Amino acid sequence: MDPPLPVSTSEPDKDIFSGPRAEPLNNPLSETAAEQLKAVSGASSKAKGDVPVEEAGSEEPDDLFSDPLGESGAELETHTSNAPLLDFSEEPPKSDPIKKAASADDYIKKPQKDIFEESTEDGVKAAAAHVGSVAAEKKVLHTDLFGDGVDDDEDKDDLFKTPPGAMMKKPQASLFRAEPDDIFPEAKTEAKPATKASAKQPNNAPTDLFTEEPFTVMPAARAAVKPAAIPSANTSSKTNGLHSDEEDLFAEATVELSLDSPRNDRRKRDAMKPSEPVPCPSTSTSSSKPQPKKLEELEEEEKEDKFDLNISVTNPEKVGDGMNAYMAYRVSTQTTLSMFRSKQLTVRRRFSDFLGLYEKLSEKHSPNGYIVPPAPEKSILGMTKVKVGKEDLSSDEFVERRRAALERYLQRVVSHPSLLQDPDVREFLEKEELPRAVSTQALSGAGFLKMINKATDAVSKMTIKMNESDVWFEEKLQEVESEDQQLRKLHGMVESLVNHRKELSVNTAVFAKSVAMLGSSEDNTALSRALSQLAEVEDRIEQLHQDQAANDFFIFAELLADYIRLLGAVRACFDQRMKAWQRWQDGQNMLQKKREAEAKLLWANKPEKLQQAKDEIGEWEGRVSQYERDFDRVSATVRKEVMRFEKEKTRDFKKQIIKYLQSLLHSEQQLIKYWEAFLPEAKAIA
Amino acid sequence: MMQEGLDDGPDFLSEEDRGPRAVNVDLQTDATLQVDISDALSERDKVKFTVHTKSTLPNFKQNEFSVVRQHEEFIWLHDSFVENEDYAGFIIPPAPPRPDFDASREKLQKLGEGEGSMTKEEFTKMKQELEAEYLAIFKKTVAMHEVFLCRVAAHPVLRKDLNFHVFLEYNQDLSVRGKNKKEKLEDFFKNVVKSADGVIVAGVKDVDDFFEHEKTFLLEYHNRVKDASIKSDRMIRSHKSAADDINRIASTLYTLGTQDSTDVCKFFLKVSELFEKTRKIEARVAADEDLKLADLLKYYLRESQAAKDLLYRRGRALVDYENANKALDKARAKNKDVLQAETTQQVCCQKFEKISESAKQELIDFKTRRVAAFRKNLVELAELELKHAKGNLQLLQSCLAVLKGDT
Repeated sequence: MDPPLPVSTSEPDKDIFSGPRAEPLNNPLSETAAEQLKAVSGASSKAKGDVPVEEAGSEEPDDLFSDPLGESGAELETHTSNAPLLDFSEEPPKSDPIKKAASADDYIKKPQKDIFEESTEDGVKAAAAHVGSVAAEKKVLHTDLFGDGVDDDEDKDDLFKTPPGAMMKKPQASLFRAEPDDIFPEAKTEAKPATKASAKQPNNAPTDLFTEEPFTVMPAARAAVKPAAIPSANTSSKTNGLHSDEEDLFAEATVELSLDSPRNDRRKRDAMKPSEPVPCPSTSTSSSKPQPKKLEELEEEEKEDKFDLNISVTNPEKVGDGMNAYMAYRVSTQTTLSMFRSKQLTVRRRFSDFLGLYEKLSEKHSPNGYIVPPAPEKSILGMTKVKVGKEDLSSDEFVERRRAALERYLQRVVSHPSLLQDPDVREFLEKEELPRAVSTQALSGAGFLKMINKATDAVSKMTIKMNESDVWFEEKLQEVESEDQQLRKLHGMVESLVNHRKELSVNTAVFAKSVAMLGSSEDNTALSRALSQLAEVEDRIEQLHQDQAANDFFIFAELLADYIRLLGAVRACFDQRMKAWQRWQDGQNMLQKKREAEAKLLWANKPEKLQQAKDEIGEWEGRVSQYERDFDRVSATVRKEVMRFEKEKTRDFKKQIIKYLQSLLHSEQQLIKYWEAFLPEAKAIA
Repeated sequence: MMQEGLDDGPDFLSEEDRGPRAVNVDLQTDATLQVDISDALSERDKVKFTVHTKSTLPNFKQNEFSVVRQHEEFIWLHDSFVENEDYAGFIIPPAPPRPDFDASREKLQKLGEGEGSMTKEEFTKMKQELEAEYLAIFKKTVAMHEVFLCRVAAHPVLRKDLNFHVFLEYNQDLSVRGKNKKEKLEDFFKNVVKSADGVIVAGVKDVDDFFEHEKTFLLEYHNRVKDASIKSDRMIRSHKSAADDINRIASTLYTLGTQDSTDVCKFFLKVSELFEKTRKIEARVAADEDLKLADLLKYYLRESQAAKDLLYRRGRALVDYENANKALDKARAKNKDVLQAETTQQVCCQKFEKISESAKQELIDFKTRRVAAFRKNLVELAELELKHAKGNLQLLQSCLAVLKGDT
């Protein structure tokens, strides 16, 4: 494959790379889907020159092309120079271009043809197909464009001569089936859940889409698979296909940038090993983050291999006296990530700072469908004890429990590739003094407002009947709900085990004392001695039970408690998706009304108002497509997040439960030791 | 009065499964009279024990025979010993506790009511557990009754008791009835008087150092063994609760394992399987502690009470004897009713001496029995604890190996 260098793209390239590298990436990230689309169509126009700007422009009420061209050029550039990666003659996803072609055909009219005719290189083709399909989708939103297919098919055939003919001829169904076979062998370790999911329903387009995540490294694969999903999805309603396309573009952009960066050797490695999942760039691209992105994506990729960020929360310390007292914790960060000021960071934070961090993150990221790890809950009772009480056992336990929970919380936050990028996170870890978090007071005004919002959310949740077009979401949500139920049940039982074990520990201690007394009053010397030995054994066992109760709690119960709350966050992200859907539906209804109004005006022959009605329709069309894209974007994010969550969950559970079993193992070993020591004493009774 | 049945300790604590009927080692050497409970039947509110006797004693018509007895008849036998003046110098073997299936039955009933609210697996599991619990209580009850008979059969004097022989041989209902209210009330007053009297008697300084020592020892020992028995019960109860929790955790993990579509499910299933096994072991640990430790303590709680009763009787006799001496002195001084006083004094003296004579040996036997029983049970306890801990360890090790291999 030759790197395709269409004249038009080469110019913006230079601009991009000579200028701050961050810029091109940064903008799309911070922008909404509409802007991304603008960028895309801008790119296409740039590349082609003769892309029918008028057409696109007329359909899109937003000023698509007001963006700096350099920026949009960047997007296209990424595609073109990605070409070397897409080795069509060898890559499995060869089938996909056809798919894409087919889908593109369905929608795309002349502009597409132009593109295809002009571009001779595969890479460009891929890019163009992308651009085309995306642009086409825009136009097609409410107009049926099926029908042009036949002509276009030929174009496509021309375009994709390079891939073996056999692939091209395959019917759609077989394409789908082929995908898993081709792609999955390359996906190793990390991609497991995804592979599984897709293997289950190889014919299910959404699932296929989903599987792409782990394969981000192979832009070709992604690009190709995605359009494939479109035709199947478009019949009912637009799903994630479109959105994925966009994301894909940007993902590639990210990767592309790295090519020119000092780390480009690494990227090559990625290219060699397509199995390596790099979900991070694509995840972050679709988020709407205001802060500039530098080379952080690269760090993220790095982190996927070796997570180089250790956070510990230590040294809980009571600050102040009385009811104004609070606990401060030392938050130490060890990292080699260059996004941080130094390799060792230590700050002191109080509990409300953690809550504040959660509030900020949740506000910013949860509307986009992200699973924001919830901070530990406030416990007025526990804290009051700490404030009032001296050094007593239960408050010590409370403090330790909270410390551990805060540590786990932070670790979850930074292990999320998108959240790690958030400036608030960095600030939290780095900055000496944080502004006091305000809205975390349990009964503050803001808290009250939040409560009201939650109530209204709950009501709308009940009233919204979502006509789910995507079985995956439906099933997942059900799964999450039943899992939530089971985890709650399990948590209750483990808590009960903790209590009984504590009770057992106390009762064993009491029994030990009692046996010691019995031993002291026993007048047979050997028996007396044996009884006091037994008392000693029981004393040790008491300690064992106590330690085990702590392990039951800190290793097992807290894990479950964490995941119950995390599942809450997962459900919240499903809710966000539903909200986006609702907005889109509302928009559609509105558009429908406007159209009817227009029809009436036409019929009534009132040209003076007609123009205004047309304008309104145009405006609403724009909004609707915007909402739809929002919905698609949220949907895709939710999918990705849920996948990521499940991967993390699996890892967490395995790790913690193994740890828990080891603690049990240790207990049994000790027990054996104690009783073995006792046995000769018992035998010595005479 | 050195007797052969020195060690007829509570052997119901012997085999965990009571496969072979627990018969005291010492008793087996004495083939003249062997008693065991070969079968038991639980009916509505009573348990029918089949008492099986093997004997070469001439006063039995046959060498081997069985009769059906109920708990009340055991109590009758015990009370007849207590009331017999001739046995005042013996530690009367403590009566077996009344069978108590109420709690277990109640649970079974509740389970039946809650049938609709749980899954079929949960129900079956719970039912099995309760049935197992019921069976355990049943076995324990049988064991306690058997121990009582064995103790009597091993006692050199009590084994020859006529009532005992009737109890063993008469193949019809003894038509003993439970005590009526009046009798119960009488018993109650008797006890009040006895304990009040006991305080007086205990306050009397004993002339004999041996008894003086035994008295202080038993008073303290009884209280402590009582305390230890209560505490051990509590400990075992919480151990059982913990085992139950593990059981429920195992079933929930199983549900989780079958629900989940991710590969955590396999993991959950494996852990569930492990917990299912360890909880069984954990329950066995609790059950064995119950059998080896709590029951031992409980038995010695009752036996030490019986020993205390013996000391009380002796103390009472001593006080009577001293009073009779005083009365005799008085009578002599007044030269009035001297003969009568002399007779009374002699009777009291004889009684006291008789009691003292047998009581000393009984108390020595008591100690020997106690030491042997504690030794046996503590050794067994330690061995069982080791066995279970090793079982758990092995399960955990193999499970961990599998789990780590998977990840």
